[in-house]
Amino acid sequence: MSVWDGFKKGRWSETIDVQDFINKNYKEYRGDGDFLAPATKASTKLNQMFIDLLKLEKEKGGVIDLDTKVASTIVSHGAGYLDKKLEKIVGLQTDAPLKRGFFPNGGINVAVKAAEAYGYEIDKDVIEIYTKVRKTHNQGVFDVYTPEIRRARSSHIVTGLPDGYGRGRIIGDYRRVALYGVDFLIKERMADKERITFPMTEDRIRLREEVTEQINALHELIELGKIYGYDLSKPASTAAEAIQWLYFGYLAAVKEQNGAAMSLGRSSTFLDIYIERDLEKGLINEVEAQELIDHFVMKLRMVRFARTPEYNQLFTGDPTWVTESIAGMNSDGRSFVTRTSFRYLQTLYNLGTSAEPNMTILWSDRLPEGFKDFAAKVSIDTSSIQYENDELMRPKHGCDTAIACCVSPMAVGKEMQFFGARANLAKALLYAINGGRDEISGKQIFEKTKKDVIKADVLNFDEVWDRFDKTMDELAEVYVSALNIIHYMHDKYSYERIEMALHDVDVVRTFATGIAGLSVVADSLSAIKYAKVVPVYDEKSGLVTDFEIVGDFPTYGNNDDRVDSLAVKVVDSFMEKIRSNKTYRDSIATTSILTITSNVVYGKNTGNTPDGRRAGEAFAPGANPMHGRDKSGALKSLMSVAKIPFNNARDGISNTFTIIPQALGKKIEVEGAITLAEDIQVNNLVDMLDGYFKSNGYHLNVNVFTRETLKAAYENPELYPNLTIRVSGYAVNFSNLTDEQKREVMSRTFHEGF
Amino acid sequence: MKVFDPRIGNVHSIETFGAFDGPGIRYVLFLQGCPLRCKFCHNRDTWETHENKLMSVDEVLADYNKYKNFYKKGGITVSGGEATLQIYFLIELFKEAKKQGIHTCLDTSAGVFTEKMLPVYDELLKYTDLVLLDIKHIDDEKHKWLVGVSNQKILEFANYLSNKKIPTIIRHVLLPEINSQNEYLERLRTFIDGLENIVGIDVLPYHTKGIMKWKNMGLEYPLPDTKEPSKELIKHAEMILKKDFKYMENKDK
Repeated sequence: MSVWDGFKKGRWSETIDVQDFINKNYKEYRGDGDFLAPATKASTKLNQMFIDLLKLEKEKGGVIDLDTKVASTIVSHGAGYLDKKLEKIVGLQTDAPLKRGFFPNGGINVAVKAAEAYGYEIDKDVIEIYTKVRKTHNQGVFDVYTPEIRRARSSHIVTGLPDGYGRGRIIGDYRRVALYGVDFLIKERMADKERITFPMTEDRIRLREEVTEQINALHELIELGKIYGYDLSKPASTAAEAIQWLYFGYLAAVKEQNGAAMSLGRSSTFLDIYIERDLEKGLINEVEAQELIDHFVMKLRMVRFARTPEYNQLFTGDPTWVTESIAGMNSDGRSFVTRTSFRYLQTLYNLGTSAEPNMTILWSDRLPEGFKDFAAKVSIDTSSIQYENDELMRPKHGCDTAIACCVSPMAVGKEMQFFGARANLAKALLYAINGGRDEISGKQIFEKTKKDVIKADVLNFDEVWDRFDKTMDELAEVYVSALNIIHYMHDKYSYERIEMALHDVDVVRTFATGIAGLSVVADSLSAIKYAKVVPVYDEKSGLVTDFEIVGDFPTYGNNDDRVDSLAVKVVDSFMEKIRSNKTYRDSIATTSILTITSNVVYGKNTGNTPDGRRAGEAFAPGANPMHGRDKSGALKSLMSVAKIPFNNARDGISNTFTIIPQALGKKIEVEGAITLAEDIQVNNLVDMLDGYFKSNGYHLNVNVFTRETLKAAYENPELYPNLTIRVSGYAVNFSNLTDEQKREVMSRTFHEGF
Repeated sequence: MKVFDPRIGNVHSIETFGAFDGPGIRYVLFLQGCPLRCKFCHNRDTWETHENKLMSVDEVLADYNKYKNFYKKGGITVSGGEATLQIYFLIELFKEAKKQGIHTCLDTSAGVFTEKMLPVYDELLKYTDLVLLDIKHIDDEKHKWLVGVSNQKILEFANYLSNKKIPTIIRHVLLPEINSQNEYLERLRTFIDGLENIVGIDVLPYHTKGIMKWKNMGLEYPLPDTKEPSKELIKHAEMILKKDFKYMENKDK
């Protein structure tokens, strides 16, 4: 009997083509969630053990244990378990649950600092090796950084660059491990290697070395399976094996790399094929199917990395972005919704709400109604889901697209990105006004666009825009150059061997820049254009350090084209400037409007802005309107954000939306003799999502709770240990945010209807 | 003197994300002006009939269409104030909305309903998919005290809608110790039982959020002592009003 018995053969059975396998074999499910099973006793018990560990982790200041000696690799540690007898899906990053690995390749100093932050000391001999014998990514980058880049970096006009941590945002096609077994993957990759021949140019030499590294990593993956008693060299033969094989592929990645975002891809519909086959054969029942998914998801919730305090400021709450993309449409008119799409969401009930994995629904108004309703209900109950516009992504990336991190779309196993953090455009506007000098330090940061401080009684829009345009030119050059250096060095010193082994060899690379402060810039430009903005000069430095605004101006977030068009103009111009620079490895330049939680830090490092925002005040997250300025209701706020063109922000446009439950409609309770109609809130949320994405909105984080709930959780954290909220592009346990971030989240606009 | 143009409406405000006034997400147009004087009014600022924001039928629908992607299962609701004060505008608006396939809903207290206007109402209801009819108090004396006028015309309007089989949702703001007593709820139920066009009964718990509007206008709030109803009271009222109620088959739903 073959492991592929019962599967419809096709191109996939001859060569690596997971998408073809899925298309030929999955069964769309168009019903509702009534079939779902609750957690088994074993799941509940394991989950309680995990929850107890989380508590202990918090009590110990954030880290339970940390390896200080053994650098983490695919095979660095022996087997580790939560409870070997109960676990249906096994495998940990180290030899104990929540014990964090030691990742020196990104930068030994960074790893040492991360350990120190939690009271651990890295072994001296190990430090010596990674300082004197073996160079790291971080060292490589700083060897090459130019004075321009250093200035831009220290003044925070570009922040969060992956020069001291793993870049992440690369999704291995972990499904290949299950479908083909590792032997076949090695065989295919050996054949790929043979095709890389003369002339031995720099590109080909690099690629041949990388492919060799990939093959080595695949051999190590087989070893990892053996450590836990599995033979990954062969394809998976059951659903349990398919999940286990896929998870080992992912586990190898998070043992080898501590990338910021270590996303999972798009696994639910793939796994559903195996589960359906086992259900049909009578090998498992629904309860057991759900148990497998619950145990798998529990493992994904346990992924950990040690981070430095600086990193935690940017990306708070220990996010790992184990992003899993669910649903979406197929080109043949079917959706990719299967019963396992429901089972994934069901884990939020069976195991409780959670920030990870980052459950992401690829939305289309054509998705089956039963699934849309279920997803909306889970959103209302848990605030743990984000949504992305499948109809915008599919034409660009195909039907097998997954989200890396928060909003970055990529065809699984065929496309990857060079992650590039973001540039602070609000600060760039102040540089434009101040001739390239920093408004806080007074230092000359930009040399090319060095100019006198603007002299005016009232700021003139054309003059400011002209200066801003040139400042963005310089910013783009510095920024792209920094990223080119970073990715060159990352490839050289901290290459993602196993993740890239699970990609095609001829992978498409994007070069993902980003924008922070969009709404601040849009409103500032609007103030300059429609009101009178009087610059206030600091006597000592001669810099413009404040602004007096006379009169009213339209603000972004109210569906007012006068200002929304300025936001669009900024994105269009910035993207054009990025594109005019040469990018590493001929990657395709993109940008995102996404801040994660760094909007707080960016704001902290930016002076007063012409929109009336005070120095130090947080920016709005992602592409959101500034807090409290989107005063004309939920839809107008959504419509403003939907205007930002995806074509010039192909790495995603993040919108974090908070609505109080009552605003979604009357909650109908079913009781006694009164049988009541469908759940109005669920219907209205579905309609809202349909409407937003039909209007070309790209991404929506949906939060459904009241400000009072957050206030209560702020004041009595012990009563709300599991309050999960969506921030910019990911979910986080509210109690894990910094005090500043908690206050920022509470100050956001809560749409209350009327 | 200004020439009357039925295609121009006097608008108080617009809510683009209406989740309470009819099915789905709705565009709710609040018209200016109301003849009733409800002591518990939560939109006190809509009473006066002075000119506020004038909008043509085309302007309203153009604005509606900006958000139409959100209204797939919703539509437009006209509320107030008292929407039927501007019945000629309503007719024009709904007629045009129906041409565009938009679901139309009238939220009214029937405050100016009279028999001599019947042909005009007949015309309006041709283009009205759903009526939300507020009945504030079933007892006429109490009604006069609470609202300032008799409820006779309002109940007549309810019967008129029933005869015409216009799908209607009865809405009843539940005011503790004013209309929440069993006697009143049961009498209201008896009245509604006699109607043949009811597709829903909505108990709206009284809330105090409207008080600020009175205060902002320098007015004294007439019901300072009335509390918001308890959950138990709401459920109790729902039992009386809804239990085993025979709804009309709603073709729209």
